[in-house]
Formats: sequence, structure tokens, C-alpha cells
Amino acid sequence: MKYIIAVIQPDRLNDTLDALEKAQVHLVTVTNVLGRGRQKGLSEVYRGHKEHGTLLRKVKLEIAVNEDYVKRTIEAISTAAHTGSIGDGKIFVLDLQQVIRIRTGETDTVAIG
Amino acid sequence: MVAWLKRSAGLVLLVAMVIGMMPTIALGQEASGVQEVIAEVAAEVEAPNAADTAWMLVSAALVCLMTPGLAFFYGGLVRRKNVLSILMQCFMCMGLVTVLWMVVGFSLAFGENTLGGFIGSPLTYFMLKGLSFTEVWSGLTISQQLFMIFQCMFAIITPALIIGAFAERMKFSAFTLFTTIWLLVIYCPVAHWVWGGAEGIFALGGDGALDFAGGTVIHINAGIAALVACLVLGKRLGFAEGKISPPHNLPIAVLGAALLWFGWFGFNGGSAGAASDQAVRALVVTHIATAAAALAWAVIEWIRNGKPTVLGIITGAVAGLVGITPGAGFVDPIGALLIGLGATIVAYFFVAVVKHKLGYDDSLDVFGVHGMAGIWGAIATGIFAVKGYGIEEAGGLLEGNVAQLVIQLKAVVYTLIYSGIGTFVILKLIDVTMGLRSSERSERIGLDLTDHSENAYTILE
Repeated sequence: MKYIIAVIQPDRLNDTLDALEKAQVHLVTVTNVLGRGRQKGLSEVYRGHKEHGTLLRKVKLEIAVNEDYVKRTIEAISTAAHTGSIGDGKIFVLDLQQVIRIRTGETDTVAIG
Repeated sequence: MVAWLKRSAGLVLLVAMVIGMMPTIALGQEASGVQEVIAEVAAEVEAPNAADTAWMLVSAALVCLMTPGLAFFYGGLVRRKNVLSILMQCFMCMGLVTVLWMVVGFSLAFGENTLGGFIGSPLTYFMLKGLSFTEVWSGLTISQQLFMIFQCMFAIITPALIIGAFAERMKFSAFTLFTTIWLLVIYCPVAHWVWGGAEGIFALGGDGALDFAGGTVIHINAGIAALVACLVLGKRLGFAEGKISPPHNLPIAVLGAALLWFGWFGFNGGSAGAASDQAVRALVVTHIATAAAALAWAVIEWIRNGKPTVLGIITGAVAGLVGITPGAGFVDPIGALLIGLGATIVAYFFVAVVKHKLGYDDSLDVFGVHGMAGIWGAIATGIFAVKGYGIEEAGGLLEGNVAQLVIQLKAVVYTLIYSGIGTFVILKLIDVTMGLRSSERSERIGLDLTDHSENAYTILE
């Protein structure tokens, strides 16, 4: 089992969720985050004073998957979240030790769904 | 196209200034005999009434507050990435329209008839020339300047209403140019026809059309312009698939609706032009109609969907406010109750049923609420108007007068046709020269960042 964390551009969220649905990956947790890579991004101006985006808005997706779903999940995210500009984000793949479904008590591969 | 406009605008301004100075030059050369006559005439002119002036000053301020109120109402309903663009467009209206109104707008609406009564001359009150702080506006008991500034607030909110139709996808530059042209070419003529003393075939007000506070001039006008605008600009990305997020800040939308309700007391109450029994009537019926409409919307949702919503009740309130506007000085409380109820039924039908069936993206329901409730209000005034409530001739349909209903319909139809076609032409011209719609990238990222370099809500600090 693997735990996939993806940090992507906020405006690519809808397309990415669509792509995951198409790939039969339904379960996901989404959060608003701030992040910094090497991107300068869009700056903000307040009464003439320009702020350079030190921390920029991103969206984080977290998905627990069984081994046979890893490849298609990565592909779905990579394609949908890609714009070609700096700031597209990253995907991290972690080993997952245990999963428990709270409602039923099912564990591991069954619990991932 | 824009360059041509700029060049000829400069020429017009120059000519206008020269013509404007001529009377001053001529008077200075006359003998003192004329001065005696002037002094006599001045002594006969009424001074403004203090009580009326006090109420109208407050009313003007109340109506001014309605535009920021509208800004919050709309702002709360859009996605968070676009809230500042709505607020910006509304505030821009306040600044831009005021200056335009001062230069030629007021004159175009209320100046001497030109072009066969189509519009007022821009020269009559160019740069507010000749408008007195001490002499009354003909037919009223308040000074000319007070009348002008009161009307200015109406001129501001009308183009601001249209913002709801093209929210989240119109370029700010195109918006600014559109507002400028629309005000001068669509709003001012319609205001002239209903309130400004237009003659001939344009004499809607002269022929007895009852529009107490601007149901036709403001709401039907903006409503049909909004429908045309949303069709010309097209749907937002993701709209057809139902992917647009829900309102991002309903509390602020409620605040906006509350400010509108409060400010509307000046909108309708002030349209009496005086601190009179008609002003009292206007305030009373406005409140009753709005309350009836809000209640009705909550009940309809309760029955139809099992749960009444905040968004529903405030939309109902706004529909009621719009619906009572044309008849505020002319109907009685029972009529107001029915007008409010009708406003919600009509608006609800267009918002919840028609819009979904036809699939157009009127983002914030400007046509459904302002346009359709406005049309209902104009027709309802023809039904419920009471003889003697500010009208000497017979009242509405309920009192046996069919003619009133007919002239109401005529005013509605004229406005729908003129504003609808005119708005379409203006939008197409702008589209061809500078483009109307934001780029796809701008629409995805959000207009706040792309058009204004600002973020409405910071996340960490």
C-alpha cells in the first residue's frame, strides 16, 4: 500500500479530481496549503507596495492506494495538474504501513477501497 | 475605434465650453434694466423647504450606501478568488459614474429636449452649470443641486447592477469602457423618457407611465442589459458541468442585502422628493412588500426543498424591494403585500426554473430578480395604483382604469427593446476592439490576482 501526496496549483484542482475519478480513484483528502518552491509566481500590490509571493497558495491531495493503483494515480495527477509553467507542484509516494476503516474495523487493502 | 472616440470627445468638450460661455458674455453687456428684472424674478422663486431638504439629503446618502451594499451582496455570492473584482467594479462605478454624471450625465437625462425628445441636451447642465443650491428644481421643494445629487446615486447603482451578470469573467478594462458608454447612451435616454420630460414618442413619463422610484429606469433597464450581457459573454468555465463552487461568504451577502433593504428606504422614500405623506407611504409599502417577498421565498423553499435557506430569503427580500419600486408612492399596504408576494413568485420561477431549463449563466440572477421582478412591479403598479396617491387621474386596473396598465406595458416594452438592443451593440463593439472576456488563464486563477494583484483573504497572517 502506498500513500500519495500531491501538491498542485489551486486552479488545476477540478481537472485533477476529474482525472482521478476517471481512473477509478475515488477516495481523496484535499487541503488548502501555502508553499514555496523555486517559483516567483504572481505578486500582490497594496497601495503601490509590491509583495513578492514568498509563500504561495497551493492545494494538497492525499490518497491512500493499493499497489495496483499507484501507477494510474500518478499518471492521472501528472497529466491533469500539468501546465508547463513553474509552480506545477510535486507528487510524493510514501510507503503505507496500516489502514483501518473506522466505521467497520476493516483493515489494510480492504479498507483502502 | 477608441482613438476616434477620444479625438472627437475633445472637440465636443471644446465646442461645449465655448457655447456654455456665451450666455455669460451676453448678459454682462446688457444694461442694468435687465438686472432689475432678474432681481424681481429671483424674489418670486421659492426657497427650498428645510424639512424636505433634510429628508432628501438623508435619502441621497441612503441610496449611495446601496451600491457598496450591492457590492457585498454580489461579492458574497461569487468564489473567493473573484470577490475583490466585484467590489472593485462597484466602487469603480461610484467614482466613474459620478464624474460622468457631473460632466454630461445629468444634462443628458434632465436637460432640454433634443433629437425629438430622445435625450436631453448635454449642454443645458454641462458640468452642473446653472444648477442652484438655493433655487428649487421645477415642481419640487428641494434645491436643484440636491435633486441632481440624489439622481446621481441612482445613476451609479444602475450599471453596478449589471455586474452580477458578467461576474467572474469580464476584463476590467472592458468593464470600465462598457459602463461609461452604457450610462451615457442607455441609462440617460431611458431616464429622460420616464423622468426627464421627454416629448413626442419618447414621452413615457409625460404620457402617464408611473415609475415612482425607478423600476423601469433602473431595474428593467439593468435587468435586460444583464441578460444580453450574460448571453454575449457566455458561460463561466465549468458552469455547464455544474462545477462552479457555491457562494464563498454568505454572511457578507446577508450584510449586503441588509444594507440594500436599509438604503432602499432612501431609494423609494426619497423619490417622493419631499418629507411628505407620500414619502411615508413609500417607506411603509416598501417595507411591507419586501417582508412579504422574503417570507414568501422562505416558505416556497421550505415546501419545495424541505429547508428554507439564507440565500433564498435574502434573494426574496431583494425581489420584493425591486418589485415595489415602481409603485412605492402609488399603492396602499394591501397592494404592497400582494406585490411583494408576486415579486417572489415571478423571480423564483425565473431563477429556479427558467434559468435551469434554458441554461444561461446569469451568474447572480440580475435578470431573474431585478429584470423580472421589475417587470412585475411595473405591471402591478398599473393594477394596484390608487387614485389620489400622487396621481390625479384614475388609479390602476383594480379601480377600473385599463389605460394605466397599457402605458405601464408600453414603458416596459420600450425599455426592453432599447436597452436590450443597445446593450448588445455596445458589447459587440467593445468585443471587436478590445475584447470583453477575461482570458481562460485569468478566469482559472481568479480576477482578484490577475486584474488587481490583490488577495481578498490572507491565509496565515
